[in-house]
Amino acid sequence: MDVSKLVMIFISMVFVNNFILSKFLGLCSFIGVSKETGPAVSMGLAVTFVTTMSSIITWFIYRFVLIPFNITYMRTIFFILVIATFVQLVEMFIRKTSPHLYKFFGIYLPLITVNCAVLGVAVLNSQTFFLDRTVVKGSFVLSLTQGFFAGIGYCLAMLLMSGIRERLELVEVPQSFKDVPLAFIIASLMSLSFMGFSGFKF
Amino acid sequence: MSSLWQEFKKGITIENPTFVLVLGLCPTLAVSTSVQNAIGMGAAATFVLLGSNIFISALRNFIPDRIRIPCYIVIIATFVTINEMVMKAYFPVLNHSLGIFVPLIVVNCIVLGRAEAFASKNKVINSIFDALGMGVGFTIALIIIASIREFLGNGTIFGIALLKGFEPITMMVLAPGALFTIGMLIGIINFYHLKKKTHKEIKKVGCNGCK
Repeated sequence: MDVSKLVMIFISMVFVNNFILSKFLGLCSFIGVSKETGPAVSMGLAVTFVTTMSSIITWFIYRFVLIPFNITYMRTIFFILVIATFVQLVEMFIRKTSPHLYKFFGIYLPLITVNCAVLGVAVLNSQTFFLDRTVVKGSFVLSLTQGFFAGIGYCLAMLLMSGIRERLELVEVPQSFKDVPLAFIIASLMSLSFMGFSGFKF
Repeated sequence: MSSLWQEFKKGITIENPTFVLVLGLCPTLAVSTSVQNAIGMGAAATFVLLGSNIFISALRNFIPDRIRIPCYIVIIATFVTINEMVMKAYFPVLNHSLGIFVPLIVVNCIVLGRAEAFASKNKVINSIFDALGMGVGFTIALIIIASIREFLGNGTIFGIALLKGFEPITMMVLAPGALFTIGMLIGIINFYHLKKKTHKEIKKVGCNGCK
């Protein structure tokens, strides 16, 4: 296993193909929860945890259930069910440990299930690391890394965005552009600057 | 009949999923690089919406309340899988250009949102019209965004060049352009809403002044 391959996944997932800013996965929660830094980061960490764990679980399911039984077309149903169950678990955990956090997330925590980033990672893993139903060498570690760094990229975008939006609260902006529209325009500028990373090569 | 028409119409106008409810943004932004993709995605989402709405509203008295979300997701995922297989077989080019967003229709907030907000409480026939309205509203929104982006970013609409000597802004078909376009559109819509509101308020004040 090359370390360089892992580094490449890191650069690609966090900067070049950042899930939010260049692939548009997980935009709803990105716009919805990024008003304050604290909750934004914890949401990002929750997503990272879920993407990492679901990459592991879906790898096992794809490798040992879907491929041997030749039912890879059932991918979407299997993945979404596993992820939904897993998110339920995380939700229960947060509800028990931190009621404050639970209160703040409100609608967005169950929405991790319908967060495209999580299913997106699983589908992407099964597309890139299983070519024509044969397993790419070291695919387990690769999908784990991809899942983890996809979450880190999400976290990074959340952190940057919430920092900017916190300051925007103090600035006078046109009434019609307050909140969501301005958040999109800022995201657009951020994504433009992240495109600068696409020159990275190894 | 008129109530059915209302169900259909609200998805396009006052409850437009993209511009008013701001749901299902990920696929909206990702596939709106060309009008062709937009129509393909809109049709696919409408199909899934229709199927899931029919089944969920038909089964609404059988699905236990506590596990309704997983039940809805299984139904939706089934239709997404059907859609995926049909697309792979008959529209391979479209399937390729929509890529990862074909299986991701399953996590499109519009589909689950309509299941939860409408189909689980209403009759099958109403749900059909609701699904069609939402689907058409989503498709129209996609076409609007895609035509802006395709025109500015590529100088074409539907692959047909419109202006001669027009230097396309490549950024518009890339990721930043999508975010910029949707931000501007929502801003403009807000602007009109606010203008209407203040207009009305002024009117009210004016009338009161007459008294």
